[in-house]
Amino acid sequence: MLPINALAALLNAALWNKAAFETAKLKEASNNLAIRDEVASADIQIIAPDRAENGAIVQVEVKSNIANTEEISIFVEKNPTPLIAHFKFSNAAEPFIVTRIKMADTSDIKVVVKAGSQYFTNAKNVIVLENGCG
Amino acid sequence: MAVDNMTELNADNMKMRAQLKGGVTEVKVLMSHPMETGRKKDDFDRLIPAHFVQLVTATLNGKLVLEAQWGTGISKNPYLTFRLKGAKVGDIIEVAWQDNLGETATQNITVTQL
Repeated sequence: MLPINALAALLNAALWNKAAFETAKLKEASNNLAIRDEVASADIQIIAPDRAENGAIVQVEVKSNIANTEEISIFVEKNPTPLIAHFKFSNAAEPFIVTRIKMADTSDIKVVVKAGSQYFTNAKNVIVLENGCG
Repeated sequence: MAVDNMTELNADNMKMRAQLKGGVTEVKVLMSHPMETGRKKDDFDRLIPAHFVQLVTATLNGKLVLEAQWGTGISKNPYLTFRLKGAKVGDIIEVAWQDNLGETATQNITVTQL
């Protein structure tokens, strides 16, 4: 395979999943990502604050200890649009991510991991004192 | 002069760091982007149009390692950390993003030893 730059990779990437990102329903977002029969797993580590003063910036760290993790999706159930991000790992990438998200209200941060044809899930509740979704 | 207001719209402003420690390279990325949801109103009660990063990709020496799709729930000036196994000092990591208005930015960094 010829080397590609990140911008070319981006243009080759799967199109943005409009249906999954624009729905107000977590279940519908999940269905649009083809997530099914997810099993609760403590092998997904979610590090986020117990209480967030300002929902505009909530730092979340996700690490999957599940073998062959390919994808990590992050949802916030109570947000106007619950799907926050979908990450796909390949080659040298470890199933680990840190990012900062917006939270409208006290809610679970739900994470779904895809490994092979299986889906696993875990959640972390965050108490939000100020709506960060404008 | 509205220079201060323009800086956050500078699509080329992406800060990166890639440090190797114990066989794992940690890559940190800070992007300049307003990440407007499309639901917020300005001082004149007009809706501010949605403007947010939708796609992010990363390569290691020209090999794809990460593909992300984002919604409006990623915070303003997006922050991202990811980890690579087997990268060496001097390897090149490149990150690119594209937003909903078709704007793109790309930046690369060389792996250094922590």
